[in-house]
Amino acid sequence: MSQTLLNLNGLTKAYPGVVANDDISFRIGVGEVHALLGENGAGKSTLVKMIYGLVKPDSGTMELRGAPYAPGEPRAARADGIAMVFQHFSLFDALNVAENIALGMENPPPMRDLAARIREVSETYGLPLDPFRTVGDLSAGERQRVEIIRCLLQDPKLLIMDEPTSVLTPQEVDILFETLRKLRDEGTAILYISHKLEEIRTLCDTATILRLGKVVGTCTPRETTARDMAEMMVGSTLQTPERAGRALGEVALDISGLSAPAPSAFGTALKNVHLAVQQGEIVGIGGVAGNGQEELLAVLSGEVLTEAGAVKLMGQPIGRLGPTARRALGLLTAPEERLGHAAAPDMSLTENALLTGAVREKLAHNGFLRWGATREFAERIIAEFDVRTPGPETAARALSGGNLQKFVIGREVLQTPQVLVVNQPTWGVDAAAAAAIRQALLDLAAGGTAVVCISQDLDELMEIADRFAALNEGRLSTPRPTAGLTVEEIGLMMGGAHGMEVAHV
Amino acid sequence: MDLSAINPVLLIASLMVAATPLLLAAIGELVVERAGVLNLGVEGMMIVGAISGFAIAVETGSPWLGFLGAAVGGALLSLLFVILTQVALANQVASGLSLTLFGLGLSSLMGQRYVGVKPPQMPDIHIPGLSDLPVLGPILFSHDLMLYLGVGIIAAVWAVLKYTRAGLILRAVGENHDAAHALGYKVVRIRIAAILFGGACAGLGGAYISLIRVPQWTEGMTAGVGWIALALVVFASWKPWRVLLGAYLFGGVTVVQLNLQAAGVAIPVEYLAMSPYLVTILVLVILSADKSSAPASLGRIFHASH
Repeated sequence: MSQTLLNLNGLTKAYPGVVANDDISFRIGVGEVHALLGENGAGKSTLVKMIYGLVKPDSGTMELRGAPYAPGEPRAARADGIAMVFQHFSLFDALNVAENIALGMENPPPMRDLAARIREVSETYGLPLDPFRTVGDLSAGERQRVEIIRCLLQDPKLLIMDEPTSVLTPQEVDILFETLRKLRDEGTAILYISHKLEEIRTLCDTATILRLGKVVGTCTPRETTARDMAEMMVGSTLQTPERAGRALGEVALDISGLSAPAPSAFGTALKNVHLAVQQGEIVGIGGVAGNGQEELLAVLSGEVLTEAGAVKLMGQPIGRLGPTARRALGLLTAPEERLGHAAAPDMSLTENALLTGAVREKLAHNGFLRWGATREFAERIIAEFDVRTPGPETAARALSGGNLQKFVIGREVLQTPQVLVVNQPTWGVDAAAAAAIRQALLDLAAGGTAVVCISQDLDELMEIADRFAALNEGRLSTPRPTAGLTVEEIGLMMGGAHGMEVAHV
Repeated sequence: MDLSAINPVLLIASLMVAATPLLLAAIGELVVERAGVLNLGVEGMMIVGAISGFAIAVETGSPWLGFLGAAVGGALLSLLFVILTQVALANQVASGLSLTLFGLGLSSLMGQRYVGVKPPQMPDIHIPGLSDLPVLGPILFSHDLMLYLGVGIIAAVWAVLKYTRAGLILRAVGENHDAAHALGYKVVRIRIAAILFGGACAGLGGAYISLIRVPQWTEGMTAGVGWIALALVVFASWKPWRVLLGAYLFGGVTVVQLNLQAAGVAIPVEYLAMSPYLVTILVLVILSADKSSAPASLGRIFHASH
């Protein structure tokens, strides 16, 4: 075993009502790629925040190179050679690349020298970046490069990466892994957080698995199957969704020549999208985040209107109809953002059930609400989709992400749509619930519904979709049958490596 | 009607004086908003600054101590806004509005003994040679020092925001307070400093009205300049030099319409009186058409929820 870099000893952190980390101990060696594995809510984020000095542990100690280590703030952690690539919340859209990087450094050099260093490091590691571009205009993959370069410029001893690949194409993932291996060979330890098991198997030397705030196991990923790791994470055996043979009916949703301008300065315009979905078919739409997924959902749901003929439902042009009219005709949608878009956070589950179900479930009569029927509808969703909640009067905000996701998907599925469009149906949902949601989509398609599933989880799309298409800068590729599609082909459909190249060190 | 009575040189010189209160208040609010805080209490902080400065200048006989007192008075009132919005996490719009109402009332109370009193004068500078130049002398080199200080603050704010690390951190906090917090910056502390700076600038702007522009104390004498300052910041797209431009434009039209009224132009007084507001808004709306990017965290409450 290599020399120990960081040693964690009995770290515990409790928040009101929940113990986020309970007596966590493990070690990270110099030059080791260490995976931290766990479901959402397992306590991974809290743990790395303690290492990075954002959160103070209630008890327990850390040792860095044998010396006690207790960073009071991120600045102290950075001074000790610890750098972190965040999953969210750490770039400033309106500032340029160099300014963003300067903000993450202790003593940044003058802007001009910094820009030169950014160019130099970015080329060395095969992550080309223009220091003077505004971050808001960058693609998700490029934004991540900004974060990585910000860390590399500080010559870190330990690099923490929080789900770095969720926004990358497969080719970009390969290049990122090349960069990380280079860093490891130079002696940098990497703490790699993910729940993508295959990635961990290719990259990591050791894995520590967390469940409900506790260490439940360690393993050597190369010698452990993905299924075994998943079961350690979940703590029970997994059910793989079953796919029944289905007969396809007539074309239910027909999108032809659909274009829509970008809704905001940092949004994506849709360009000449064509797609026909038959009854009983699931079409999977992949692509790196921010390539038009939200916009596509908005034009299908009716939040953004288009030319009448660009979107047809069962042959009827609906491009000029709003969401309620489309719901009445049987086109239902479930957007990605659960709180605030799919559900109103402070309203109860009953009220939320009413918001999208009023038309098809006839929950309103002459302008008056039928609360009894609405409550029954909400209770039906809760029962059929195993939503864990005290009852239908609970506020949507009080549910965990996975439970609320089951509720908002179930709410649409139970309305027996003609066409269902979902965006990121299992985002942030634990593996068991994700399997249940995928099964529900498959069952719905088996009943003759046309399903469009937009997702960044390629494994999910390969599992449930009949055909696959990718969004790249607002353009949709020609759909291809998923059977026999290789990861390389998918990556090319998603736009390849977006200008990245392999590191030159 | 006699337009020949209007002297263009005096007109420009006096527009600079008319613009200075607005300019001071607006540049303070610009810094506050760039830090991501919307303080609608500018009017209240100005009027409290006006009476604090007036009272201290009268009691001590020194206009300089008066301006210092005005800055402290404005900052003290903004401290109330700090407690409400940064400590108690109250809504910024409601807190700002109440600050204005409170400031107006407080200033009337403080000013009861000072109605009709004459404050000590602040002399205009006189640089031998330069101040005696024709045209340029009266326009550029014959004002009180506060006016130059106002322009100096604009330049300083611009340079700090653009070229210094402190300015970059301030902008970062206003742009994305969660990200700034994650990087280890003290979001609340930075915002408190910005709010106090904004209060001090508003106080100076108020005192400029009561000590130099008018100079005397009457209730409600800021007459909505604080509100114009708020609008000016938005229309100036949060850029310091555009604040200067907008303030001089507003001051210019104000002075011109006063001169036209005096010259007896046959336009109803009400139209003339509204013209500075209309012209300023119109020009700045046109200017702000290009990339008017508000700080993305503007008005949002920050809570370090972890």
